[in-house]
Amino acid sequence: MNTKAITLAASVSLTAALIAGACTTAMVAPDHHARALEIIKRDFKPRGQAGLDRLDADPVQAICNRTDNTPPVSIAHQMQNEQLATVAYPADGVLMGDWKKGEKLAQSGKGFTWKDKPGLPVGGNCYNCHQISPKELSFGTIGPSLFQIGKIRGNTPEMQKYVYGKIYNSKAFNLCSEMPRFGHIGALDSDQIKDLVALLLDPESPVNK
Amino acid sequence: MKNTISIGIALMLGVLPPLTFAQEKDATEAEFEKFRTEMEDSNPAELFEMKGEDIWNEKRGPKNVSLAESCDLGKGVGVVKGAYAAMPRYFADAGAVMDAERRIVWCMVEKQGFNFDDIAKKPFQGRNDTSAPDITNLVTYVAMHSKGMPFAVPLDDPKVKDAYLTGKEITKYRAGPYDFSCNTCHGVDGKRIRMQNLPNISTAAGAIKGVQGWPGYRMTGGIMLTHQWRINDCFRQQRFPEPRYASEVITDILTYMTGNANGQIYNGPGIKR
Repeated sequence: MNTKAITLAASVSLTAALIAGACTTAMVAPDHHARALEIIKRDFKPRGQAGLDRLDADPVQAICNRTDNTPPVSIAHQMQNEQLATVAYPADGVLMGDWKKGEKLAQSGKGFTWKDKPGLPVGGNCYNCHQISPKELSFGTIGPSLFQIGKIRGNTPEMQKYVYGKIYNSKAFNLCSEMPRFGHIGALDSDQIKDLVALLLDPESPVNK
Repeated sequence: MKNTISIGIALMLGVLPPLTFAQEKDATEAEFEKFRTEMEDSNPAELFEMKGEDIWNEKRGPKNVSLAESCDLGKGVGVVKGAYAAMPRYFADAGAVMDAERRIVWCMVEKQGFNFDDIAKKPFQGRNDTSAPDITNLVTYVAMHSKGMPFAVPLDDPKVKDAYLTGKEITKYRAGPYDFSCNTCHGVDGKRIRMQNLPNISTAAGAIKGVQGWPGYRMTGGIMLTHQWRINDCFRQQRFPEPRYASEVITDILTYMTGNANGQIYNGPGIKR
């Protein structure tokens, strides 16, 4: 067993211990939660690209499920750091791509359903939940408005790094965020995330006009 | 008209204030509501209901019996009046809590002798299908006979309450590539995906929006779809695998949603965009 594997094993067992600890203080009714899990395991069938493995909660999903999305702060911080460690920043340090490509990607909500063709590329799904460019009127409100985000919060290297990281793995900053972990799950690659960072932060992007 | 022009100009200039968006959305909603009101005078769901009535009364299946003479939806054998609004409920003969569609399927299998897998093979009308499956017509027929009645899911029955609480837990369960649960979209007030308003099914006001209008005639495609279909398609959009047809996972979610809508009036099979 090499050092990396040992670290990984330690991290997994720590996470498991934290989840077990959290469960004893969880607010949910244990019987119905356990029953729900049994039913979920039994009452689905694979279809298209959507296999039954998708029903298994990973450690982040598991603790959010067990605590109604409000894990104890110490656990949340520990696990957010583990998620942050998964963010792969581009080797050359360039974090902003082409905002026009980013806009196109933000528009698409395709991908990952049992009807979709398996594989990449998939859409960024951004407008499903966020207001972004003022030209797009059909936007969702599950997430906050991102209109003028670059104008308001600037586009410093730190800000670019934050936005890149947030799109790559939202759980690194808010463990039970409703936002998918686009880079972490391999839905979006580095260049695509860079294009989205540009859409949000580039002074030339309509978002910041 | 004036609104449309100002929106057009605002679009060209790219200086659209949020207010204009709200106005355009309201106009779209109003247009649809007007159309729906006009349509409801001759609700296309009635065609499916009439077919459903024939199927309900016809002797069918290997056992050659009708549902009218064999199927108890909770109000006595053959009684449809008020049954839809009082389901899901517990059925002692099946030993399970069942929603309307699941119960009718159970009757088709147990009383008429149909094969479950044959029914489950294609339980919903597809976009290009010229007719709806028998089960959809039957659900529509049964639902029509609860029009104007308050939802009355018997939550005082411990078995129904268990299904309700299990359903509530299922709506919280996050998994899959996008970490979504039912509640990602339907757990808080006032949210939208794109232009689509999302009912918060944990509240009475949201739950009634979620259950109202099902089964529904979908204007895009001109097809009839049941509430079971709606839950099935939610799981697709959640990026989950497919829920088994007429299974407990669906019943529990429907028990939770419909139970939260208890006391509010069901308007009968509806029209959906």
